[in-house]
Amino acid sequence: MSLGPYASFIVTAYLAAAIVLAALIGWIALDYRNQRRRLREFDESGVVRRSGRGASDLK
Amino acid sequence: MTLIDLANPTRFLSLTARLLPWLAGATAVLMLIGLYQSASAPDDYQQGATVKIMFIHVPNAWLSMFVWAVMSAAALGTLVWRHPLADVAAKAAAPLGATFTFLALVTGSLWGRPMWGTYWEWDARLTSVLILFLMYLGLMTLWRAVEDPSRAARAAAVLTLVGAINLPIIKFSVDWWNTLHQSASVFRVSGPTLDRAFLTPLLVMALAFTLLFVTLLLAAMRNEILRRRVRSLQIIQAGQKAA
Repeated sequence: MSLGPYASFIVTAYLAAAIVLAALIGWIALDYRNQRRRLREFDESGVVRRSGRGASDLK
Repeated sequence: MTLIDLANPTRFLSLTARLLPWLAGATAVLMLIGLYQSASAPDDYQQGATVKIMFIHVPNAWLSMFVWAVMSAAALGTLVWRHPLADVAAKAAAPLGATFTFLALVTGSLWGRPMWGTYWEWDARLTSVLILFLMYLGLMTLWRAVEDPSRAARAAAVLTLVGAINLPIIKFSVDWWNTLHQSASVFRVSGPTLDRAFLTPLLVMALAFTLLFVTLLLAAMRNEILRRRVRSLQIIQAGQKAA
Protein backbone atom coordinates (compact mmCIF):
# COMPACT_ATOMS: atom_id res chain seq x y z
CA MET A 1 0.00 0.00 0.00
CA SER A 2 1.56 3.27 -1.14
CA LEU A 3 0.38 6.44 0.58
CA GLY A 4 1.99 8.81 -1.90
CA PRO A 5 3.60 12.19 -1.20
CA TYR A 6 1.27 13.02 1.71
CA ALA A 7 1.93 9.82 3.70
CA SER A 8 3.07 11.78 6.77
CA PHE A 9 -0.32 13.58 7.00
CA ILE A 10 -2.25 10.30 6.69
CA VAL A 11 -0.10 8.43 9.21
CA THR A 12 -0.19 11.35 11.67
CA ALA A 13 -3.99 11.55 11.45
CA TYR A 14 -4.43 7.83 12.19
CA LEU A 15 -1.78 7.90 14.94
CA ALA A 16 -3.39 10.94 16.58
CA ALA A 17 -6.78 9.22 16.57
CA ALA A 18 -5.29 6.00 18.01
CA ILE A 19 -3.37 7.80 20.77
CA VAL A 20 -6.24 10.07 21.81
CA LEU A 21 -8.79 7.23 21.83
CA ALA A 22 -6.41 4.93 23.74
CA ALA A 23 -5.94 7.71 26.33
CA LEU A 24 -9.73 8.12 26.61
CA ILE A 25 -10.29 4.37 27.09
CA GLY A 26 -7.42 4.21 29.61
CA TRP A 27 -8.82 7.16 31.57
CA ILE A 28 -12.26 5.53 31.82
CA ALA A 29 -10.73 2.17 32.87
CA LEU A 30 -8.56 3.84 35.53
CA ASP A 31 -11.51 5.85 36.81
CA TYR A 32 -13.51 2.60 37.22
CA ARG A 33 -10.65 0.95 39.11
CA ASN A 34 -10.32 4.02 41.33
CA GLN A 35 -14.05 4.13 42.21
CA ARG A 36 -14.09 0.38 42.97
CA ARG A 37 -11.06 0.78 45.24
CA ARG A 38 -12.74 3.60 47.17
CA LEU A 39 -15.90 1.51 47.58
CA ARG A 40 -13.88 -1.45 48.86
CA GLU A 41 -12.29 0.88 51.44
CA PHE A 42 -15.79 1.73 52.70
CA ASP A 43 -16.54 -2.00 52.93
CA GLU A 44 -13.37 -2.56 54.97
CA SER A 45 -14.23 0.29 57.34
CA GLY A 46 -17.75 -1.09 57.89
CA VAL A 47 -19.68 1.75 56.22
CA VAL A 48 -22.77 0.40 54.40
CA ARG A 49 -25.30 2.00 52.06
CA ARG A 50 -28.69 3.21 53.29
CA SER A 51 -30.20 0.03 51.78
CA GLY A 52 -27.91 -1.99 54.09
CA ARG A 53 -25.97 -3.44 51.16
CA GLY A 54 -22.20 -3.39 50.98
CA ALA A 55 -20.54 -0.38 49.38
CA SER A 56 -18.95 -2.30 46.53
CA ASP A 57 -21.98 -4.56 45.91
CA LEU A 58 -23.02 -3.88 42.29
CA LYS A 59 -26.09 -6.12 42.40
CA MET B 1 -36.96 -3.44 29.94
CA THR B 2 -38.12 0.19 29.72
CA LEU B 3 -36.41 3.51 30.46
CA ILE B 4 -38.34 3.61 33.73
CA ASP B 5 -36.82 0.27 34.77
CA LEU B 6 -33.37 1.71 34.10
CA ALA B 7 -34.13 4.57 36.51
CA ASN B 8 -32.82 2.21 39.18
CA PRO B 9 -29.02 2.73 39.13
CA THR B 10 -28.37 -0.75 40.58
CA ARG B 11 -30.38 -2.34 37.77
CA PHE B 12 -28.50 -0.17 35.27
CA LEU B 13 -25.15 -1.33 36.71
CA SER B 14 -26.23 -4.96 36.42
CA LEU B 15 -27.31 -4.49 32.79
CA THR B 16 -24.11 -2.61 31.96
CA ALA B 17 -21.94 -5.39 33.43
CA ARG B 18 -23.63 -7.86 31.05
CA LEU B 19 -23.60 -5.60 27.97
CA LEU B 20 -20.13 -4.04 28.10
CA PRO B 21 -18.03 -7.10 27.12
CA TRP B 22 -20.26 -7.77 24.09
CA LEU B 23 -20.26 -4.13 23.03
CA ALA B 24 -16.49 -3.85 23.42
CA GLY B 25 -15.98 -7.02 21.37
CA ALA B 26 -18.35 -5.89 18.61
CA THR B 27 -16.63 -2.47 18.51
CA ALA B 28 -13.17 -4.06 18.18
CA VAL B 29 -14.28 -6.42 15.40
CA LEU B 30 -16.08 -3.68 13.45
CA MET B 31 -13.15 -1.28 13.89
CA LEU B 32 -10.71 -3.89 12.52
CA ILE B 33 -12.97 -4.55 9.51
CA GLY B 34 -13.32 -0.80 8.92
CA LEU B 35 -9.57 -0.21 9.17
CA TYR B 36 -8.88 -3.07 6.74
CA GLN B 37 -11.43 -1.69 4.27
CA SER B 38 -10.00 1.83 4.70
CA ALA B 39 -6.49 0.59 3.97
CA SER B 40 -7.74 -1.34 0.93
CA ALA B 41 -9.77 1.56 -0.51
CA PRO B 42 -8.44 2.95 -3.82
CA ASP B 43 -6.89 6.40 -4.14
CA ASP B 44 -9.22 9.21 -5.14
CA TYR B 45 -8.60 10.59 -8.63
CA GLN B 46 -8.19 14.12 -7.24
CA GLN B 47 -7.12 13.68 -3.59
CA GLY B 48 -4.93 10.60 -4.00
CA ALA B 49 -4.30 8.59 -0.82
CA THR B 50 -5.26 11.51 1.47
CA VAL B 51 -8.88 10.37 1.00
CA LYS B 52 -8.04 7.74 3.66
CA ILE B 53 -8.16 10.52 6.28
CA MET B 54 -11.87 10.81 5.48
CA PHE B 55 -12.51 7.39 7.09
CA ILE B 56 -11.55 8.72 10.54
CA HIS B 57 -12.35 12.42 10.08
CA VAL B 58 -15.99 12.04 9.03
CA PRO B 59 -17.05 9.54 11.78
CA ASN B 60 -15.51 11.85 14.41
CA ALA B 61 -17.23 14.87 12.87
CA TRP B 62 -20.61 13.08 12.82
CA LEU B 63 -20.15 11.93 16.41
CA SER B 64 -19.18 15.42 17.57
CA MET B 65 -22.73 16.54 16.68
CA PHE B 66 -24.46 13.25 17.56
CA VAL B 67 -23.09 13.30 21.12
CA TRP B 68 -24.43 16.84 21.65
CA ALA B 69 -27.81 15.66 20.32
CA VAL B 70 -27.74 12.77 22.83
CA MET B 71 -26.84 15.25 25.59
CA SER B 72 -29.75 17.47 24.50
CA ALA B 73 -32.14 14.51 24.82
CA ALA B 74 -30.63 13.81 28.25
CA ALA B 75 -31.09 17.49 29.16
CA LEU B 76 -34.81 17.16 28.38
CA GLY B 77 -34.81 14.02 30.54
CA THR B 78 -33.34 16.05 33.39
CA LEU B 79 -35.55 19.13 33.08
CA VAL B 80 -38.87 17.62 31.95
CA TRP B 81 -39.04 14.00 33.11
CA ARG B 82 -36.45 14.21 35.93
CA HIS B 83 -35.09 10.80 34.99
CA PRO B 84 -32.40 9.91 37.59
CA LEU B 85 -29.92 8.71 34.98
CA ALA B 86 -30.43 11.56 32.50
CA ASP B 87 -27.86 13.90 34.06
CA VAL B 88 -25.53 10.93 34.63
CA ALA B 89 -25.68 10.27 30.88
CA ALA B 90 -25.15 13.94 30.01
CA LYS B 91 -22.17 14.31 32.34
CA ALA B 92 -20.59 11.06 31.09
CA ALA B 93 -21.10 12.00 27.42
CA ALA B 94 -19.44 15.45 27.55
CA PRO B 95 -15.77 14.30 27.64
CA LEU B 96 -16.53 11.76 24.90
CA GLY B 97 -18.06 14.46 22.70
CA ALA B 98 -15.11 16.76 23.38
CA THR B 99 -12.71 13.99 22.32
CA PHE B 100 -14.54 13.24 19.07
CA THR B 101 -14.75 16.96 18.26
CA PHE B 102 -11.04 17.42 19.00
CA LEU B 103 -10.21 14.50 16.68
CA ALA B 104 -12.49 15.91 13.96
CA LEU B 105 -10.59 19.22 14.16
CA VAL B 106 -7.13 17.61 14.21
CA THR B 107 -7.76 15.11 11.41
CA GLY B 108 -9.54 17.81 9.41
CA SER B 109 -6.50 20.08 9.71
CA LEU B 110 -4.19 17.25 8.65
CA TRP B 111 -6.44 16.63 5.65
CA GLY B 112 -6.77 20.33 4.87
CA ARG B 113 -3.05 21.10 4.69
CA PRO B 114 -2.30 18.95 1.60
CA MET B 115 -5.72 19.60 -0.04
CA TRP B 116 -6.39 23.27 0.72
CA GLY B 117 -2.84 24.40 1.39
CA THR B 118 -3.65 25.40 4.98
CA TYR B 119 -4.20 23.71 8.34
CA TRP B 120 -6.86 26.20 9.38
CA GLU B 121 -9.27 28.70 7.87
CA TRP B 122 -11.77 30.80 9.81
CA ASP B 123 -14.66 29.69 7.62
CA ALA B 124 -18.15 28.93 8.91
CA ARG B 125 -17.82 25.12 9.17
CA LEU B 126 -14.44 25.04 10.91
CA THR B 127 -15.29 27.93 13.24
CA SER B 128 -18.69 26.49 14.25
CA VAL B 129 -17.05 23.11 15.05
CA LEU B 130 -14.38 24.89 17.11
CA ILE B 131 -17.20 26.64 19.00
CA LEU B 132 -18.78 23.21 19.63
CA PHE B 133 -15.48 21.99 21.08
CA LEU B 134 -15.29 25.04 23.37
CA MET B 135 -18.90 24.43 24.45
CA TYR B 136 -18.01 20.86 25.46
CA LEU B 137 -15.10 22.19 27.54
CA GLY B 138 -17.42 24.80 29.09
CA LEU B 139 -19.94 22.13 30.09
CA MET B 140 -17.23 19.96 31.64
CA THR B 141 -15.98 22.98 33.59
CA LEU B 142 -19.51 23.73 34.79
CA TRP B 143 -19.96 20.17 36.09
CA ARG B 144 -16.70 20.52 38.03
CA ALA B 145 -17.43 24.02 39.33
CA VAL B 146 -20.84 23.32 40.93
CA GLU B 147 -20.51 20.95 43.88
CA ASP B 148 -24.17 19.94 44.23
CA PRO B 149 -24.83 17.41 41.39
CA SER B 150 -28.54 18.26 41.05
CA ARG B 151 -27.87 22.01 40.71
CA ALA B 152 -25.04 21.33 38.27
CA ALA B 153 -27.36 19.02 36.29
CA ARG B 154 -30.05 21.69 35.84
CA ALA B 155 -27.56 24.40 34.85
CA ALA B 156 -25.78 22.04 32.44
CA ALA B 157 -29.12 20.93 30.94
CA VAL B 158 -30.13 24.52 30.15
CA LEU B 159 -26.70 25.27 28.66
CA THR B 160 -26.86 22.08 26.59
CA LEU B 161 -30.26 22.96 25.13
CA VAL B 162 -29.11 26.50 24.30
CA GLY B 163 -25.95 25.10 22.73
CA ALA B 164 -28.01 22.77 20.51
CA ILE B 165 -28.66 25.84 18.32
CA ASN B 166 -25.11 25.31 17.04
CA LEU B 167 -25.96 21.88 15.53
CA PRO B 168 -28.01 23.10 12.52
CA ILE B 169 -25.49 25.93 12.09
CA ILE B 170 -22.68 23.35 11.75
CA LYS B 171 -24.74 21.10 9.47
CA PHE B 172 -25.89 23.84 7.08
CA SER B 173 -22.87 26.16 7.35
CA VAL B 174 -21.53 24.80 4.06
CA ASP B 175 -24.83 25.70 2.34
CA TRP B 176 -25.50 29.04 4.02
CA TRP B 177 -22.02 30.50 3.60
CA ASN B 178 -19.23 30.25 1.07
CA THR B 179 -16.79 27.93 2.84
CA LEU B 180 -13.54 26.16 2.06
CA HIS B 181 -15.08 22.99 3.46
CA GLN B 182 -16.90 20.82 0.92
CA SER B 183 -20.68 20.42 1.10
CA ALA B 184 -22.40 17.22 2.30
CA SER B 185 -21.69 14.16 0.19
CA VAL B 186 -23.39 11.34 2.13
CA PHE B 187 -26.62 12.59 3.77
CA ARG B 188 -28.25 14.32 0.79
CA VAL B 189 -31.81 14.30 -0.50
CA SER B 190 -30.57 13.04 -3.87
CA GLY B 191 -28.44 10.30 -2.24
CA PRO B 192 -24.70 10.01 -1.56
CA THR B 193 -22.28 11.29 -4.18
CA LEU B 194 -19.49 9.06 -2.88
CA ASP B 195 -18.48 6.01 -4.88
CA ARG B 196 -19.29 2.69 -3.22
CA ALA B 197 -15.54 1.98 -2.86
CA PHE B 198 -15.35 4.90 -0.40
CA LEU B 199 -18.89 4.83 0.97
CA THR B 200 -18.75 1.25 2.33
CA PRO B 201 -15.59 1.67 4.49
CA LEU B 202 -16.84 5.08 5.61
CA LEU B 203 -20.16 3.66 6.83
CA VAL B 204 -18.42 0.70 8.53
CA MET B 205 -16.04 3.08 10.32
CA ALA B 206 -18.96 5.35 11.27
CA LEU B 207 -20.79 2.36 12.76
CA ALA B 208 -17.61 1.25 14.59
CA PHE B 209 -17.10 4.74 16.08
CA THR B 210 -20.78 4.91 17.07
CA LEU B 211 -20.48 1.55 18.85
CA LEU B 212 -17.30 2.83 20.52
CA PHE B 213 -19.25 5.85 21.76
CA VAL B 214 -22.09 3.68 23.13
CA THR B 215 -19.57 1.38 24.86
CA LEU B 216 -17.62 4.24 26.42
CA LEU B 217 -20.83 6.07 27.39
CA LEU B 218 -22.11 3.05 29.32
CA ALA B 219 -18.70 2.59 30.99
CA ALA B 220 -18.48 6.29 31.90
CA MET B 221 -22.08 6.28 33.23
CA ARG B 222 -21.21 3.27 35.40
CA ASN B 223 -18.20 5.21 36.76
CA GLU B 224 -20.37 8.26 37.47
CA ILE B 225 -22.93 6.16 39.37
CA LEU B 226 -20.12 4.65 41.47
CA ARG B 227 -18.66 8.15 42.05
CA ARG B 228 -22.03 9.31 43.39
CA ARG B 229 -22.24 6.22 45.58
CA VAL B 230 -18.80 7.10 46.99
CA ARG B 231 -20.04 10.65 47.65
CA SER B 232 -23.16 9.48 49.52
CA LEU B 233 -21.08 6.99 51.55
CA GLN B 234 -18.70 9.80 52.49
CA ILE B 235 -21.71 11.74 53.81
CA ILE B 236 -22.92 8.68 55.77
CA GLN B 237 -19.40 8.16 57.16
CA ALA B 238 -19.13 11.84 58.16
CA GLY B 239 -22.53 11.56 59.90
CA GLN B 240 -21.40 8.46 61.80
CA LYS B 241 -18.21 10.19 62.91
CA ALA B 242 -20.15 13.28 64.05
CA ALA B 243 -22.57 11.08 66.05
